[in-house]
Amino acid sequence: MAEIGGGVASSVEVPKLKLYSYWRSSCSWRVRVGLNLKGLKYEYKAVNLLEGEHFSPEFSELNPINYVPVLVDGDVKVADSFAILLYLEEKYPQHPLLPCDLQKKAINYQAANIVSSSIQPLQNLAVLKYIGDKCGPDEQLAWVRHHIGKGFAALEKLLKHHAGKYATGDEVYLADLFLAPQIHAAITRFHLDMTQFPLLSRLNETYGHLPAFCDAMPEKQPDAPRS
Amino acid sequence: MDAQKNSVNLKLKLYSHWQSSCSWRVRFALNLKGLSYDYKAVNLAKGEQFSPEFEKLNPLHFVPVLVDDDIVVSDSYAILLYLEERYPKSTLLPDDPQLRALNLQVASIISSSIQPLHMLSILKYIEEKVGPEERQSWAIRHIENGLHALEKLLKNYACRYATGDKVYLSDVFLAPQIAVAATRFNVDMSKFPTLSRIHESYEALPEFQASAPQRQPDAV
Repeated sequence: MAEIGGGVASSVEVPKLKLYSYWRSSCSWRVRVGLNLKGLKYEYKAVNLLEGEHFSPEFSELNPINYVPVLVDGDVKVADSFAILLYLEEKYPQHPLLPCDLQKKAINYQAANIVSSSIQPLQNLAVLKYIGDKCGPDEQLAWVRHHIGKGFAALEKLLKHHAGKYATGDEVYLADLFLAPQIHAAITRFHLDMTQFPLLSRLNETYGHLPAFCDAMPEKQPDAPRS
Repeated sequence: MDAQKNSVNLKLKLYSHWQSSCSWRVRFALNLKGLSYDYKAVNLAKGEQFSPEFEKLNPLHFVPVLVDDDIVVSDSYAILLYLEERYPKSTLLPDDPQLRALNLQVASIISSSIQPLHMLSILKYIEEKVGPEERQSWAIRHIENGLHALEKLLKNYACRYATGDKVYLSDVFLAPQIAVAATRFNVDMSKFPTLSRIHESYEALPEFQASAPQRQPDAV
């Protein structure tokens, strides 16, 4: 299934960019926001993880390690959300995703990596299933809330003196692209008590008013289940 | 090669622990770029990462942290990208967009899908909640899954090093990760011929040798 994302295209115009994505993947979500912010049209190529489409020969050819998202731009193929966003930042510099100031840029990388290394890998499906199987559902919930909570507490401290309207100032930057899907998952999937995280709660509300973020939400994607 | 000096006038300070593979990445890169730095040991066993002074530097209580005058950067990936921009000599990222992206992807696989899952705090948690016999098998499973992925990804790119004949960011992440897999977790590296081969190349590099845990001031 292919749809056009990021804006209306005419019937003869095929966007050059293709994004292989799964509606619910927070890593795919990060990239969808980046594409929207930069005003880049793309063809949405749904990869149904539940049906194992990521192991198909065609997809394995694109990404031998079978993860989404993957961006195809002509003959360049990029996998991994962080690598994709840095590729987009270089190739399509409009609406920069990184500030020029080196300290602020580093804070953005740090925030992104807190999410992608210290939180998300510890609450992905495979890990959750393992904890659930070995220790039961109560421990599974305790595990995920512990790791998200620890990461969120660190983000609150890291961003306290840098946040403005958004995570690292008054412009949307890379940190916001990583934060938005993670906060959303914490609230909607794991029902984390956000009262200890006032900054992240405020940011979450702010993201809800931005079309680039809203249009990228899982429920709005072409492969989201229709209830 | 000895990139560490005792002079207090060294501009760069690296807060590091000798056994931390994340610190190891940064030490390797600093050596590759020919950058001298002041080594500030953080004794994790004594809980020095929880001191108020260190908390100011990194609220997540992890090493490494780089201090460059008034700029403080924690998280090895963020530090490496900072160094790449601030000190472009001996570049760690190729110009070609495809190879550049591949290097970033390898770095992400290691920093997100492998290393966090064998951190001491996670292993202790697994040992406590699931059982001591699970601790090692959990670590090995996640390391081997990651190494299998990297073996597949790099098969058609690797030459002397991971993405060609020059040392790049992917190598900075891979070298410590392979060493830790082999020596700390006894992973059978013969299953990963490409990674084994490039690891031999790393071991021949003076910059990698000097960054090794045993060569650090706080090594026990």
